[in-house]
Amino acid sequence: MHSGLFERAFFRIAGDQGLLVEYGDEINLEVNTKVRTMAIIMKQYTPKGVIETIPTYRSLLIVYDPSITNLAKLQKELQRLEERLYEIQIPPPDTIEIPVCYGGEFGPDIEFVAETHDLSVKEVIQLHSEPEYLIYMVGFTPGFPFLGGLSEKLHTSRLETPRTFVPKGSVGIANNQTGIYPVSSPGGWQLIGRSPIKLFAPERPNPFLYQAGDHIKFKPITLEEYSRLDKEDEK
Amino acid sequence: MDALLIVTPGAYTTVQDKGRYGYQQMGVPVSGVLDAFAFYAANMLVGNPDNAAALEITIVGPCLEILTDTHIAVTGAEMGMTLNDQPVQGWKAIRVKPGDILDIQQVKSGCRAYLAVSGGIDVPQVMGSRSTYAGGKLGGYKGRPLQERDMIQCGETKLLTKLRQFPSDMIPQYPLEIVIRAIPGPQNDFFHEGLDTIFQSDYMVSAKADRMGYRLQGPKIKVLEGMPKSIISEPTMPGGVQIPADEQPIILLVEQTVGGYTKIVTVISTDLPKVAQATPGDTIRFEKVTLGQAHSLYHDQKKLIQMLADQLSE
Repeated sequence: MHSGLFERAFFRIAGDQGLLVEYGDEINLEVNTKVRTMAIIMKQYTPKGVIETIPTYRSLLIVYDPSITNLAKLQKELQRLEERLYEIQIPPPDTIEIPVCYGGEFGPDIEFVAETHDLSVKEVIQLHSEPEYLIYMVGFTPGFPFLGGLSEKLHTSRLETPRTFVPKGSVGIANNQTGIYPVSSPGGWQLIGRSPIKLFAPERPNPFLYQAGDHIKFKPITLEEYSRLDKEDEK
Repeated sequence: MDALLIVTPGAYTTVQDKGRYGYQQMGVPVSGVLDAFAFYAANMLVGNPDNAAALEITIVGPCLEILTDTHIAVTGAEMGMTLNDQPVQGWKAIRVKPGDILDIQQVKSGCRAYLAVSGGIDVPQVMGSRSTYAGGKLGGYKGRPLQERDMIQCGETKLLTKLRQFPSDMIPQYPLEIVIRAIPGPQNDFFHEGLDTIFQSDYMVSAKADRMGYRLQGPKIKVLEGMPKSIISEPTMPGGVQIPADEQPIILLVEQTVGGYTKIVTVISTDLPKVAQATPGDTIRFEKVTLGQAHSLYHDQKKLIQMLADQLSE
């Protein structure tokens, strides 16, 4: 069966300071695990001249300083590290519980999602809050998690016209993906709820609650609980 | 120490340094100055370390009241500038004292100017950098562009004995028609004729040009028959030239981390300052270079900057 995983890493030139390394051509657990493992190993062994390593669904971007290293050295290093992958233990993922107040003014599209799939709003909430989602990658805005594992019964296309303002904490669906907006931004996802938790706090020593590879579990809460948690977070 | 009071903020003035590295995997873009050459020059002129934070000024400049005895320097775009109503020049250190009014006017040539103050602009470091990322409301001065009455602090002033001046033959020109060099990739294999199109056509900078990216207008760039127009989202580099659904190129800059469109070429880092100084209506032509050429240009540029720094500090 086609696993989507490449036999050999595929290198792409991303300008004079970027090397893009592809490990597969699909969004799936196996490919993403390989990417994340390579990101971990890169962090442990940080080859000279590497400024930053950015893992995404199926590729890794290596940002490098051309006055310290070059493409040939980097490629060799990456291949060498890939051979040692079996030595690497991926740290067990954390599961982060995120309280969400579904529907109402926080989830203006939940009824559309329900109608599209012939479900009740209650069923949408249940289907959305049941699974533990894998964070495939973080990007788009600070801390925005792209989550895999959304029930097929909830796959809903993006809004035809994106909103110019989506409040922070909003939980949305776009096709087979679900995610949360940690900062307010424009956005085209179907909004089904909002979390009172501060997902991104640049003033904290660790500004984020999770990273790629962790799991997220949504917990439905009432409006009263939302208000209480929202106030607590303000402190 | 209070150094500058913003009397009027200008069109879009932010605090920037070299950028915020290490958090792109968390969706935090590098931010930082768009024209690194002019930024380094401004810091050299006032005797600062090369990463001291400065003001990045866009199109219309601010009017500032000086609150301390210090040196300042303005580089980059030519904007027209007065100190207490007397014209003063860019690309040289200026001695200022409390009560002075520095009025930076409007661009005559270029797009972005850099104002450095002795000791550097002092704002709290957020995640390792003083750069403003306005989209995420973080860094810089309260995470936003400057506003009227903002009070800007600076680090410890070290007055120089000699007023430094940038060698005039080294001051970049910002013509209305620019050539920027680019390396094919990362998705050059998605294009064939498209590569000929981008390297042989003139593109105009559209009104949608900011720190996130420059949208260009010109001949459409088509992906190869049968190739997908979008790809699995992946990280982007400043300088990546993305081809979205409307087939008009966008030069991605410093406030973007991931994207799902193909990138046909990547502007070399040495030429990013030229993009930073282009304004809507300017013409851009891409010139193909190899990675090897780009790296030797990078080394030359680095040597040049070091030479200028040594020369100015003599």
